[in-house]
Amino acid sequence: MEKRVIFKGVWLPLLLVAPQAAITAVFFFYPAGQAIWQSLFIPDPFGLSMRFVGLGNFEYLFGNSYYRASFVTTAIFSTLVTAVSMGVALYLAVLADRLIKGSGTYRTLLIWPYAVAPAVAGVLWMFMFNTRIGVVSWYLGQLGYDWNHVLNEAEAMGLVVVASSWGRISYNFLFFLAGLQAIPKSVIEAAAIDGARFWTRFRTIVWPLLSPTTFFLLVVNVVYAFFETFGVIHTITAGGPQQATTILVYKVYADGFVGQDLGSSAAQSVILLAVVGLLTVIQFKYIERRVHY
Amino acid sequence: MATLSLRNIHKSYGDTAVIHGIDLEVAAGEFIVIVGPSGCGKSTLLRMVAGLETITAGELFIGADRVNDREPMDRNIAMVFQNYALYPHMTVAQNMGYALKIAGRPKAEIAARVAEAARLLQLDPYLARRPRDLSGGQRQRVAMGRAIVRDPAVFLFDEPLSNLDAKLRVQMRLEIKALQRKLGVTALYVTHDQVEAMTLADRMVVMNEGRAEQVGTPLEVYERPATLFAAQFIGSPAMNLVDAVAEAGAVRLADGTRLPVAVAAEGPVKLGLRPEHVHPDPGGPLAVRPTLAEPLGANTLIHGTLDGVAQDFVASLPGVHREADLPETLRVSVPAEAMHLFDAATGRRIGP
Amino acid sequence: MSGMVETRGIGHWLTHAGLILGVAFVFFPIWLAFVASTVTQADIVRPPMPLWPGPHLVDNYREALVAGVNVPVARMMWNSLLMALGIALGKIVISLLSAFAIVYFRFPFRRMFFWLIFITLMLPVEVRIVPTYEVIAGFGMLNSYSGLILPLVASATATFLFRQFFMTVPDELAEAARVDGAGPMRFFWDILVPMSRTNMAALFVILFIYGWNQYLWPLLITTDPGMNTIVMGLKQMFPSGDDLANWPVIMATSILAMLPPVVVVVAMQKLFIRGLVDSEK
Repeated sequence: MEKRVIFKGVWLPLLLVAPQAAITAVFFFYPAGQAIWQSLFIPDPFGLSMRFVGLGNFEYLFGNSYYRASFVTTAIFSTLVTAVSMGVALYLAVLADRLIKGSGTYRTLLIWPYAVAPAVAGVLWMFMFNTRIGVVSWYLGQLGYDWNHVLNEAEAMGLVVVASSWGRISYNFLFFLAGLQAIPKSVIEAAAIDGARFWTRFRTIVWPLLSPTTFFLLVVNVVYAFFETFGVIHTITAGGPQQATTILVYKVYADGFVGQDLGSSAAQSVILLAVVGLLTVIQFKYIERRVHY
Repeated sequence: MATLSLRNIHKSYGDTAVIHGIDLEVAAGEFIVIVGPSGCGKSTLLRMVAGLETITAGELFIGADRVNDREPMDRNIAMVFQNYALYPHMTVAQNMGYALKIAGRPKAEIAARVAEAARLLQLDPYLARRPRDLSGGQRQRVAMGRAIVRDPAVFLFDEPLSNLDAKLRVQMRLEIKALQRKLGVTALYVTHDQVEAMTLADRMVVMNEGRAEQVGTPLEVYERPATLFAAQFIGSPAMNLVDAVAEAGAVRLADGTRLPVAVAAEGPVKLGLRPEHVHPDPGGPLAVRPTLAEPLGANTLIHGTLDGVAQDFVASLPGVHREADLPETLRVSVPAEAMHLFDAATGRRIGP
Repeated sequence: MSGMVETRGIGHWLTHAGLILGVAFVFFPIWLAFVASTVTQADIVRPPMPLWPGPHLVDNYREALVAGVNVPVARMMWNSLLMALGIALGKIVISLLSAFAIVYFRFPFRRMFFWLIFITLMLPVEVRIVPTYEVIAGFGMLNSYSGLILPLVASATATFLFRQFFMTVPDELAEAARVDGAGPMRFFWDILVPMSRTNMAALFVILFIYGWNQYLWPLLITTDPGMNTIVMGLKQMFPSGDDLANWPVIMATSILAMLPPVVVVVAMQKLFIRGLVDSEK
């Protein structure tokens, strides 16, 4: 944090940080504080005033089966998204890494889906699996399988998982490829000379050396699955069928904006805040260690 | 071109004092070299003159102005940094003209002054290039050009040659000296290299642990070093120091040998003998047992012991002497005027 | 590369096959959408739709851009552009200023400010939607560009990135500038900012995409379809109830929604990758 050379003056730096300070105060801390405050109240039946209930909202939430279900749904969802997007990305990265030339071309081809918004990805996949006109669902019908993610909960979950993972593969691919290419060739060759075949090499050498990247991606992907997938859910299933795909962040929106239950929504926000906080702390603690490698 | 006056300059960082009272009067156009080992405070001193560090106590005058509290840009100084500090995204011409641009000088004037400095330093073909396209020596010159263009009262150099290879250093040394002579600007130059100090300085300041051990011309420091430190810092290979006791116009060495000296002294002293002043002399009072010879071509360094007196003794003999040809015992003598006496307790020189 | 050891013969072809499969999986949905945007509604409504582009590309895109479903797509793209540029440039500018102040000055609350910015990393917009909505509504900024941009502008990541970069700038450069007579803001503008060009460009790519792809926030604060951004407006082009959607136009819109970020990523691939790697550290 310390540089030897500094400029004199107190008013100038305060002026320089003023914009960020102001925006952060008005649009970050104030709303966050408001959320925490509002989580302690519930609106009266007419929505005219708020009644203090202390931790009542939280108690209610944890006792509410829908909310608990949402927790489970989120856990399943984020695990699947993380596993699929990281798994496929790792597979592709390992393949690309094996190439002497051409990995650059594949990299170009595979990275740009990162630019596609989750909501747009949702529309694309929904189009393919649309119960009436979707190409994939039609071919599945020809094969005897009646696809209907509007009614079938597992299919709905499957679809949103795939749509969420699809764009994410690029991001993970990039990092995995970089991580693999950072492993010194000589180490791999030494292992090969020692008689290790590909799978053994991967298990005993590549995987451990890749672990900082893997851990980092794990945290980042979980955060993504928790928050940035709102667009996918909203576009494809709107949380259904029967809230089978209502992840926590979607529920905040549904209860707060659609259902107008401000207190509950605020309490849910606070819980999410705690989750994010925990994940961020883990991420930074680990990143700091990583930097010292 | 202006005079420079440092009066009782002190510097402390919190409770730690690093500069303990430096006095220096520099005449206009004089080239002063501050030389000393790492950590002696020479760079700190230079930066205080520049205004990049505050002066804890004492006064600093540039010309007739007391400049203690002035910003660097108001002191009419220019500085050449050790790592050149060139602005990487600007061309050579823009680098050199930057200070003038800030001062609001008209474009034509800036262009003219930059062109003139470029001509002086043979940078004409490089004016449109960026620093990353230049060699170390060229960057050095650009850094100097930047200083020259400002037409300052004082030039400050912070170890400008230490990042260059040996051959380039020799060449740049000469260029800097010639340039300073030509422009006649007062210069303060910091280095840890005593050869640079000896060749560049009109006068030099030998610094150690925040104190000025000696201020004088290079030859003065060489011929009459004021302290043990100065005696050993200047001159290569370093002066031999031998323990002795001074009594009645002579010094008595540990093995009893008595050498007459021209200085009146009493008590324990250190006797200083420069290797280049040790001459082979069949009748000489000292006996050297050679252990190793280092032939350098023009001269040969003989490492050995002085029986009963000193474990490491170095003599520098002109010409080539092969180790195999050296006798087991070499008798040598030192002329009386080349014997330096230092008080064993204080390290200060005894005598003129 | 870790696979250098055995990539001859069959292994080599299998590797390529696997990668090509991956590329196909990634491209297929987009290909399909593109095809859908070049055929007629009738072609799509009677499955299976064709798998090869049709002749109606110009018609569909024109219809989308000029009329859209509820609002011309051209208008939505314009909104998205303003929002994305506003967010990207806004973040870069205020982060540059803050990082400069943090690194090169000492002022009261400096450390506290640094940690407060750090905490904002833990506050994605999703955890503060209702109160932030109230704040924006209170300012009368619903359905406005400033409402779309401001809550997304403060960025801890960019500030950290610039701070890290500034720490690597040699002290001597600032000292030389000081000796040359440059005050702090001159030093900032003439020297620090030009030196930060690559960082700024890399960050711009990431932030532009981030801004363009915003969904939840624009969804909440725009009720006037004229203020829709293309990413959030896409969903609103779907009819409620049992009506059939205008598929060619919708899929044309989805292609248009992807286009600018993809172009940016591909055109500035090196910078993009660098920006990703740096900003996630």
